[in-house]
Amino acid sequence: MLTRRKLAVSTAAFALAAGFTGAAYAQQKTVVEFWHGLPQPLGGQLEQVVKGFNDSQDKVQVNPTFKGSYPETMQAAIAAFRAGNAPHVVQMFEVGTATMLSAGPAIKPVHQLMSETGSGLDAAAYIPAVRGYYSSKDGKMMALPFNSSTTITFYNKDAFQKAGLDPNKPPATWPEVADAARKLKAAGVTCPMTFSWPTWTQFEQVGALHDKPFASEANGFGGLNATLKINDPFFVKHLQTLIDLQKEGALRYGGRDNAADSLFPSGECAMIQASSGLRGRIVKEAKFNWGAAPLPYWPDAISSPKNSIIGGASFWVMTSPKRTADEYKAVAAFFSYLARPEVDAKWHMDTGYVPVTLQGFELAKKEGFYEKNPGAEVPAEQLTRTATTENTMGLRLGNLPEIRNIIQEEMEKAFQGQQTAQQALDNAVKRGDTVLRNFERANKT
Amino acid sequence: MQRRVIFDNKALPYLLLAPQVAVTLIFFIWPAAQALWQSVHLQDAFGLRSQFVGLENFEAVLSDPNYLETVKTTIIFSVSVTVLSLGSALGLAVLADSKIRAASAYKTLLIWPYALAPAVAAVLWMFIFNPDIGILGRALNNLGYAWDYRLNDGQALTMVILAASWKQVSYNFIFFLAGLQAIPRSVLEAASIDGAGAVRRFWTITFPLLSPTTFFLLVVDVVYAFFETFGTIHALTHGGPGKATETLIFRVYQDGVVNHDLGGSSAQSVILMVIVIALTAIQFRFVERKVHYS
Repeated sequence: MLTRRKLAVSTAAFALAAGFTGAAYAQQKTVVEFWHGLPQPLGGQLEQVVKGFNDSQDKVQVNPTFKGSYPETMQAAIAAFRAGNAPHVVQMFEVGTATMLSAGPAIKPVHQLMSETGSGLDAAAYIPAVRGYYSSKDGKMMALPFNSSTTITFYNKDAFQKAGLDPNKPPATWPEVADAARKLKAAGVTCPMTFSWPTWTQFEQVGALHDKPFASEANGFGGLNATLKINDPFFVKHLQTLIDLQKEGALRYGGRDNAADSLFPSGECAMIQASSGLRGRIVKEAKFNWGAAPLPYWPDAISSPKNSIIGGASFWVMTSPKRTADEYKAVAAFFSYLARPEVDAKWHMDTGYVPVTLQGFELAKKEGFYEKNPGAEVPAEQLTRTATTENTMGLRLGNLPEIRNIIQEEMEKAFQGQQTAQQALDNAVKRGDTVLRNFERANKT
Repeated sequence: MQRRVIFDNKALPYLLLAPQVAVTLIFFIWPAAQALWQSVHLQDAFGLRSQFVGLENFEAVLSDPNYLETVKTTIIFSVSVTVLSLGSALGLAVLADSKIRAASAYKTLLIWPYALAPAVAAVLWMFIFNPDIGILGRALNNLGYAWDYRLNDGQALTMVILAASWKQVSYNFIFFLAGLQAIPRSVLEAASIDGAGAVRRFWTITFPLLSPTTFFLLVVDVVYAFFETFGTIHALTHGGPGKATETLIFRVYQDGVVNHDLGGSSAQSVILMVIVIALTAIQFRFVERKVHYS
């Protein structure tokens, strides 16, 4: 099913791109190839944004092409680069950031592109938690932030009511979450809570919220020699809590990556910690009253939680032997358009991704979006509620997708009772560090 | 008597061979050579820096306890898939070959699954076995049996074995059916007249006469289980839970495509190539001896 849909989408994208190319040829515009990894309906919405840019001027034609999931898009871009045919712009998921950064001559940092073409890009216009993720150590923007999300809690108000919980007071701390999950179970809810993106939601975010490092060297920002820190007693206790809840039947492990997403809109699970980008789907599919809340925290570890980190993707400029100055200028024009607050705000309101610029956030507020859509402000507020520390800037770890997988695998073994929480995280650290060392070796200049 | 084709033109035979040679060179020798080269190098994802590391990639792979675990999983998986798909296809072929009503309808239905792409087949299985949306998965849970292949090694492995075998039954079925139809009726009838029952006829006549087909399918099925079940596993379990359903080929993909570890992935490809060459050689040397070709 997935494959068929992807095929249909890519065929459509191809047809679209072919149409655009034809139009461009007639008018001699500078053509910019843009590869993205957003399936429908988000992919279509992204292509609308691109169309908005194409219609706004007559010098540049951006051709969007859907290249499959994020990892597939990354693979395609790398293969194309190796063949000397890289697209001008590629959308890359946040965990690919370190890999792209160490790509050296394969990419052109955004700050460099903007200054070379005289376009200017105000880094301070971006939300710090967003900007930090995509900036070099000295604060220069390396990629253009676009679709960013963060993790929040969605909960089923009807189920809360049924279990005698206050539907307007979602649990704010982990002890409260555990308590609510047990009450929901007692009230006959088969799946009181779940979470998608296991590593992102239960380790990366939990670390940021409590100002605990996920890895040394400021989560990898300080250098390639970072090592994982998640076998710290704090994370062990957190995983143990999840395992205990799962054993009691108060929590369900919904599978890897975003496999658990469907459990909430279907009404199966009463609480989910998931990407804020899930909102659009919940609005469309959920047949019950629901609410959105910030992620819970451990009050014994921190009195008030820090900002969460982002997920999602950013746009990278790729190089190619054939690239001309005009083409870079065209890319810069495209990026300047995307950075406009009104473009940012519209994308945020249409999709459930967070606004990436502070002005975009203000604009959405001004338009009354949050009054009309209660809970939609939760992700951006959670992202901006504190100043970022070195533990809440994001992660800068090589081959992070592989590390995420390793942690998922070790979690799955622990959930089955094959190993303790401590063993799981010790193994994850050991295996993850091997990955980091290999990356360090392969990318040493 | 010897028949030789004489070409007047010396270049013509080479010309006629050229397409096949080109295909072999481009689609087999070249990638295989690249894999060999990659397997002794350490390279970043973009291919900007590479260094010769000798056999380090092999050492890393072979000393990784997870890799050895994957080898074990692959053996269990491949043997199960081969036995299951060969056995059930043979049984079905024998049944479909007998005089029954609507035999051709059964045959068509049995051949159908072969037309499905592995990923599509896997999605069908998901709609049956997924604990949340699958028909059977939900039913099992409602009956009080804790079915969740996302968190149960045994259940996950059973499911991918079933799905992968089911996919291959059709292929085996076609060949077995053709093989059965090639067995002379007169031999079977003679045995009947001599008083041999159905079971005895099967084991003493049908099965030995089918052995070339069985042998061929054995080779094909082992290669299938090793290399072509990727789509099924990818769509159903992604190798999980833990690494319970990760086979060698799945790991090659995972390390090479997802994790950008081209050196390690290539080293695994080379190991896999050696394993399959060895397996095929063993099969031809030892199993083939027991095969009656005529």
